[in-house]
Amino acid sequence: MPQTTTSRKIIQLPISREEARELRAGELLLLRGTLYTARDAAHKRMMESIEKGESLPFDLQNCAIYYAGPCPARPGFVIGSAGPTTSGRMDAYAPALISLGQTVMLGKGLRKPEVVDAMKEFGAVYLGATGGAGALLSQRITASEVIAYPDLLAEAVRKLEVYDFPAVVLIDSLGTSLYDR
Amino acid sequence: MREIGVDIVEKSVAALCIKANTVLGSDIEQQICRMRDLEEDERPRAILEELLENAAIAKEKGLPICQDTGMAVVYVQIGQDVHFTGGSVEEAINRGVAKGYSEGYLRASVVSDPLLRKNTGDNTPAVILWDIVPGDHADITVAPKGFGSENMSSLTMLSPSQGIAGVREAILSTVRKAGPNPCPPIILGVGIGGTMDMAARIAKLALLRPVGQKSHLDHIRLLEEELLTEINMMDIGPAGLGGKTTALAVHINTYPTHIAGLPVAVNMSCHATRHAHICL
Repeated sequence: MPQTTTSRKIIQLPISREEARELRAGELLLLRGTLYTARDAAHKRMMESIEKGESLPFDLQNCAIYYAGPCPARPGFVIGSAGPTTSGRMDAYAPALISLGQTVMLGKGLRKPEVVDAMKEFGAVYLGATGGAGALLSQRITASEVIAYPDLLAEAVRKLEVYDFPAVVLIDSLGTSLYDR
Repeated sequence: MREIGVDIVEKSVAALCIKANTVLGSDIEQQICRMRDLEEDERPRAILEELLENAAIAKEKGLPICQDTGMAVVYVQIGQDVHFTGGSVEEAINRGVAKGYSEGYLRASVVSDPLLRKNTGDNTPAVILWDIVPGDHADITVAPKGFGSENMSSLTMLSPSQGIAGVREAILSTVRKAGPNPCPPIILGVGIGGTMDMAARIAKLALLRPVGQKSHLDHIRLLEEELLTEINMMDIGPAGLGGKTTALAVHINTYPTHIAGLPVAVNMSCHATRHAHICL
């Protein structure tokens, strides 16, 4: 989201449900700390694990999930381009993960009412990063490690460390959306 | 008859994959600059600035403009007096895609079966569009297509009685429904006429037209201009967060069609409407 704006709130991840409830749609943020990447295939696999009672690649409690499938890193780089993917494809899985403790979703695009309902009920926030700015956003990622599902390649689960990663609150836990005008 | 070795095709395709993914077209960059200057509010201006800065970083560091380096669409116009030597040209194109995506550190985003969904690991196969044309050259365009925008595309089989009003609504409703999802500012490739598959094909090819170049048909040029104006009044804006820049261009291709039909295909693309081209 906009780089030039002066007032940006620094958010140290992970955040609790109470902290998620304090954020408001439209607030400009700089994220620091840990994000886990997961998109279509990783979500499907995590849901299957939950149904079978198996352990997950990371603790869902207070976790922040970045809907992203980064490019491979060039030599000397931490990661390749790493912008957000369309969040709506994860709508089928998000309410369950929020009910189990996820507090932050980071992506781009519209969400279904079921997701917003879960955000309101449990205390979670939906953040946006600028779609199409993957090269720029990759510069704010300081560490990257595949921690699960390496066979999924670009869709593997990665643990990312970010510093001053620019984001905006798209939908807050009151259900207010920056997309509604 | 002119002979072209498929090894040259392979090498060219590999280089085009890397170039297309890392260098934003100057036509698109200039249009983003023009639109930024028209934006009055800070948010849309800042997001367009961010896309320009992103393109500069991508070019300088050799990074992909977007992590969705797409399914490789390869458009090949083969002169009818060309003879390819050294093996299958289709296999050479796919070897070129595999090489380009691996050597360029581009993302492998293709699954081998749409339902079983196992990643092929090298971004093959490409979607190859073939045309036979006069002459003894082979013209190859690599156009990596991201799916955030591809998923927002549409095909509508209108009745002739719905006419131009129906065409406009099919296009505008596709944009409205997509909202922020295709990463606006978008570029629209529209195909009107032909059969359902031909409409989709010419819509895809319309995305290869340089931004700023209008249709050579008067009534279509007018439609492109009117649609662009209307779309940019929707207040979807950059990243879908409001503003005047929802679309950078509307490109319409047409083809003769059946007396009973009026197919309209809308191929949605983001600002990273990437294509690189070589003439062999």
